[in-house]
Amino acid sequence: MVEKWIKRFYAFLLYLFLYAPIIVLIVYSFNSSKSRGKWEGFTLKWYVELFKDRQIMEALYYTVLVAFLASIIATIIGTLAAIGIHDAGPVKKKLLLNLNYLPVLNPDIVTGVALMSLYIFVGKQMGLVTMLLSHITFNVPYVVLSVLPKLKQLNKHLAEAAMDLGATPFYAFRKVVLPEIMPGIVSGALIAFTMSIDDFVISFFTTGSGVQNLSIKIFSMARRGLNPKINALSTLMFLTVLILLLIINRKSSLEIKGKDDVA
Amino acid sequence: MALATAGCSKEDQVVLNVYNWGDYIDESVIKEFEKEYNIKVNYEDYATNEEMYVKIKSGGTNYDVVFPSDYMIEKMIKEDLLLKLDMNNIPNFANIDDRFKNLDFDPNNEYSVPYMWGTLGIIYNTKMVQEPVDSWDILWDSKYEGQILMLDSQRDSIGVALKKLGYSLNTRDINELEQAKEELIKQKPLLLAYVGDEVKDMMIGEEAALAVVWSGDAVYMMSENKDLRYVVPKEGSNYWFDNMVIPKTSQNKKEAELFINFMCKPEIGLKNTQYIGYSTTNKETMKLLDSEILNNEVAYPSNDIINNCEVFLDLGDFIKEYDRVWTDIKS
Repeated sequence: MVEKWIKRFYAFLLYLFLYAPIIVLIVYSFNSSKSRGKWEGFTLKWYVELFKDRQIMEALYYTVLVAFLASIIATIIGTLAAIGIHDAGPVKKKLLLNLNYLPVLNPDIVTGVALMSLYIFVGKQMGLVTMLLSHITFNVPYVVLSVLPKLKQLNKHLAEAAMDLGATPFYAFRKVVLPEIMPGIVSGALIAFTMSIDDFVISFFTTGSGVQNLSIKIFSMARRGLNPKINALSTLMFLTVLILLLIINRKSSLEIKGKDDVA
Repeated sequence: MALATAGCSKEDQVVLNVYNWGDYIDESVIKEFEKEYNIKVNYEDYATNEEMYVKIKSGGTNYDVVFPSDYMIEKMIKEDLLLKLDMNNIPNFANIDDRFKNLDFDPNNEYSVPYMWGTLGIIYNTKMVQEPVDSWDILWDSKYEGQILMLDSQRDSIGVALKKLGYSLNTRDINELEQAKEELIKQKPLLLAYVGDEVKDMMIGEEAALAVVWSGDAVYMMSENKDLRYVVPKEGSNYWFDNMVIPKTSQNKKEAELFINFMCKPEIGLKNTQYIGYSTTNKETMKLLDSEILNNEVAYPSNDIINNCEVFLDLGDFIKEYDRVWTDIKS
C-alpha cells in the first residue's frame, strides 16, 4: 500500500516538474496585466494582439516555412542516404555511420559558426536561403538515424522476390521497401520538423536580410521584457504539438489494430 | 524628395535592411516610411549590442541602419565599422536636443544620431522604505538585508560602486576599481540577488524593497505598482543612449540617411516614444508630449541630474580588469 502510494507520489512529482512551467505559461497568457508579478483577471486580448503583430506573424511564417521545407528536403536526402549506408560494405558502413554521427554530437554553436564562415567564404549573402540550407544540413543526420533501424528490420529478400516476380527495381522500392520503412521516415521527418522549429543558435549565425525565426524574435525581446503575446503564441504552439501527437498516436494504434484484424 | 523612387516597378524597389533592438519601434512607422518613399524595409531585431556587433563584424550581412548603444558606437568607430553620415541628408538632426549631441562616444556626431536615452537609478517601494532615498549608500544599509536587488550586469553594478565612492564609472585606475570591488563584496550578504529582466516582475510583485534599474523600465514598473518611486542618486549615475548609425555593410547609404531623417521627424519620434515608453532625444517631439510625461522626473530628469551623469566609454583592453573584478565579486 505504502509502496503504491510512494510510486504515485513519485510519478506526480515527475510530471509536475515537467509540466509546471508550461501550465504557468498557459495561465499567464490569459492574464490581463503585462506583468508576470501579479494576476489581474482573465482576458483574451493577448491572443488578439498576437495576430495583429505583423513582425511576430512574419517570424512565425518564416519558422514554419523553413521547418516545412527543411524537413521535407532533409527527409528525402536522409532516406536515400540511409538506404545507401545500409547497402554499403561493413568497413564503409562503419565509416559512413560515424561521419553521420559527428554533426549530431557537434555543439550547435560550432555548426553555426562553421556554416557562417562557409557562407562568407563563398560570398553568399545571409538570408532565407542560407538559413534553409543550414537547417537541411543539421536535419539530415537525424533522418538517417531514424530510417536505418527500419532498414535493418526489413527482410532483404522481399525486394528481391518482388523483382523476381517482374517488378522493376524502382517499382519494388516504391511498393515493397518504402511502405515497410515508412514509420522510420515519418518519425525522421517529425524529428527534423521539431529540430528546425527549436533551433536558435544555428539560425542566429546564418540569417540576415530581415529573415528571422520565432526563437530569434522572442530572444530579441528579452531586453524590453517578454510580452504576454509570446505566452499566447507558446500556448498555441504547445496545443498544436499536442494535437499532432494525439493524431499520430491514434493513427498508429488504429494501424496496429488493423494488422491484428488481418492476422 | 528627389530621392523618392516613386513610379519605379517593384523589381527595382530599394530594400533597406534595418537592425534594431527587439520591440523598439512603433511598427506603423515602418509602414509609413515604406509608403512614403516606396522603399521596402527588411526589419530584424537583436537582444544585445554584442550580438549585433558579431553579425556586422563577421560580414555576410548587409544592414543599412542599426541602433547601438554609446560604448558600442565608440568601439565600432575605433574598429572602422561605421560610415560617416552626411548631415545634409539628415536635416532633422536639428530636432535633436543639444544636450544629447557631441557626447564623448561620438564627439562631433559624425557617425550617429540619438534615438532614445535614459538613466540608471534606484527604484524603491515606499511601503517598505519610509526614509527619503537620494544616495547609493542605501543599497549598503543593513536595515534592508535580503530586500535589495542589483543588476547582473558587470559595467552597471561596478559603476554603482564606483559612483558611490565618488569615482568615474569609466575609471582606468586599478586602485579605484579594487575599492569598488571591496564595496560590492561587502554588500553581497545584504542582497536578495543579482537579477536580469525578472527585476521588473519582482519589484511589481513587491518581492524586494530596493533595486537598481534603468529609467525606461522604472516608468513601466511604476505604472504597474503605485507604491514604487525612482531616483537618480545625488552622487551621479550612468546615462545611456541608443543612437542610429550606418554600418559599413550598408549598400544603400542615401536611403539609410533618409530613414534616419524620417525617424527624427517630431510626429514619428512621438509614435516611437509613446510605444516604447523610453525617453526621446528629440526636442520637437518633447513639445508634443503631454506635460504629465514631460514633468515626470523619471523619464525627463532635470539638467542638474543630467549634468551629474556619465556615459559608459569603451575601456579597450582595460575591460579585462573589470572582467576579473566581476568574477571575484560573483564567486
